[in-house]
Amino acid sequence: MSAVVEAGGLGKRYRRRWALADCTLAIPAGRVVGLVGPNGAGKTTLLQLAAGLLEPTAGTITVLGKRPGVPAQLRAVGFVAQDTPTYAGLSVAGHLRMGGWLNPDWDGELAERRIRQLGLDLRQRAGSLSGGQRAQLALTLAVAKRPELLLLDEPVASLDPLARREFLQVLMETVAEHGISVVLSSHLIADVERVCDYLVVLTASRVRVAGDTDALLALHHRLSGPRRAARPYPASWEVIEESHTDKQTVLLVRTNEEILDPAWTVRPVSLEDLVLAYMSQPNDAARAGRPRLEIAS
Amino acid sequence: MIRFTWLRFRTQALIALGALVIIAVVLGLTGPHLADVYNATVVPCHRYNDCAAVLQAFPPAPDRTILGLMNDLVIAVPGLIGIFWGAPLVAREFETGTFRLAWTQGISRTRWLAAKLGLVGAFSMLVAGLLSLMVTWWSGPFDQAYQVRITLAVFHTSGIVPVGYAAFAFALGATAGMLIRRTLPAMAVTLVIFAAVQFAVPFWVRPHLIPPVTTTSALNLGSVVEWGSTDAGQGNGGDLFVLTQPDVPGAWLLSNEVITPAGRSASTEPGTQACGGGASTLQSCRAYLATLHLRQELIYQPASRYWALQWYETALYLAGALLLSGLCSLRIRRRRPAGGDVRRAGRPTDLQNRPRPAPSPQSA
Repeated sequence: MSAVVEAGGLGKRYRRRWALADCTLAIPAGRVVGLVGPNGAGKTTLLQLAAGLLEPTAGTITVLGKRPGVPAQLRAVGFVAQDTPTYAGLSVAGHLRMGGWLNPDWDGELAERRIRQLGLDLRQRAGSLSGGQRAQLALTLAVAKRPELLLLDEPVASLDPLARREFLQVLMETVAEHGISVVLSSHLIADVERVCDYLVVLTASRVRVAGDTDALLALHHRLSGPRRAARPYPASWEVIEESHTDKQTVLLVRTNEEILDPAWTVRPVSLEDLVLAYMSQPNDAARAGRPRLEIAS
Repeated sequence: MIRFTWLRFRTQALIALGALVIIAVVLGLTGPHLADVYNATVVPCHRYNDCAAVLQAFPPAPDRTILGLMNDLVIAVPGLIGIFWGAPLVAREFETGTFRLAWTQGISRTRWLAAKLGLVGAFSMLVAGLLSLMVTWWSGPFDQAYQVRITLAVFHTSGIVPVGYAAFAFALGATAGMLIRRTLPAMAVTLVIFAAVQFAVPFWVRPHLIPPVTTTSALNLGSVVEWGSTDAGQGNGGDLFVLTQPDVPGAWLLSNEVITPAGRSASTEPGTQACGGGASTLQSCRAYLATLHLRQELIYQPASRYWALQWYETALYLAGALLLSGLCSLRIRRRRPAGGDVRRAGRPTDLQNRPRPAPSPQSA
């Protein structure tokens, strides 16, 4: 399957600090991709590079096979920025008119239907909407341009749990209905777990792991065994995380071989375990250019 | 994008048009009266060569106030346009983050900017143009009576130059907003730079838009209005002092010097009792000056060049506006992080260097 976002050695520097460095990534089409990582890991930078709002300092990025920011790419990508910006003085209807005027593939019927379903008043100014309503309005604008790809930067960060659940639900319905690819960033793994089938973990401005969530979960195992059983580990293991007590060693291991050694108790990992394990890896492990996991789908 | 720009701008546009309508009504009601007074008093006075007293009383007091107000308005409007329409044009979008919404719609940001600059800029020029047109029409009798419209005091308050000023101020404001990305500082910078330009151009640029006329002729003693000598009557040093009011009707006088046949300034001549002494009179001084064979050197822009200067200056400001617009569109193609991104990216550095970052996955 072709890639909707393809990055090679992509980097972005703000003054002297790299917000994103050496990012090589191919996100397949037709997936709902969760971009996770701690605050400041470079998620926003990556999404803004993909949306064409930023220019890379190093490397290349193509979105839907095109350079971000050219009109042909802009019309095919829906982007909702982190703070879901809208024009405070402009009515909901005004925003929809803007969408119609500025987007060649605009689906006005879809937009109005969504606004009706959300129960928004067309005459209400965007500035007087609640955070959740504003996020929904911004999502409506992004969806009604009938994009091939939706980029959502922390779309639910400002929402309360109920609004968050509703937002994601509406998002999933839309994605299912129109077959859009989605990349959404979040630092809330539960959200990602609920909606995403592809995972990219970004920490300290680098991609730690990227792949299909089910495949990733199948590849990673939580092992526990007696302390003595520790080293050396089989060569086919990549130990993502290890912790030791006096008697016991607990590992999080990536391997595609079956673990036969009876000394180890093998348990499946949760997505949260997996993400946390990658996020808490020491920085120098990634800096040393360790091979990153890439899973074809 | 033009439709959307209009949708965003139309309230301000309608307010501006409303203000113009009010001004039109005021000028429309008072204009004919001013013309009547002109025809009844100033026109006949020229027949009898007795205009000084008449001109003193023209225009009548209420119209004089309106004239002053209107001239101030024509001067202020381009600056206001630059500050309130130009500076926030792009800066406001940066401040509120809406540029992220605008720039991810289906059109390029160059077109986005072109529509904003084009529509609001054209409207700015329209407003300034209409205002100047009305004021120029209204103050027609005044210009006829005094014949001074080319001079420093009033050149910029009528004709077509306000259109150029408005375009330039608007583009200046937009550029400041583009570079500074914050509305208030952009407004302040716009005001300062525009005021500086408006001060500099009349003194250092406008006189040279067309090479001025220089004439040297024998001093017409009838044009001497003030005279004197420093240290007069003592006969020991001191300088002659002659002030003339040359007769070049309606001209913008840039330089007026009385010189000796040798080419030196008349003020290098020694003082004399004939001019400035206790017993000196206009006659005695004129008689003395006649013996010096003084000459008068004038540098000026004649009244006939009024429209040529208006066009040149307008063209100059429009060129400046185009240059600034070009700068804006070059700037917008280079993608730079907005202020918010820098802060957001800069804040959590310490978090990253900790061995274990602190995400909040549990808080779902």
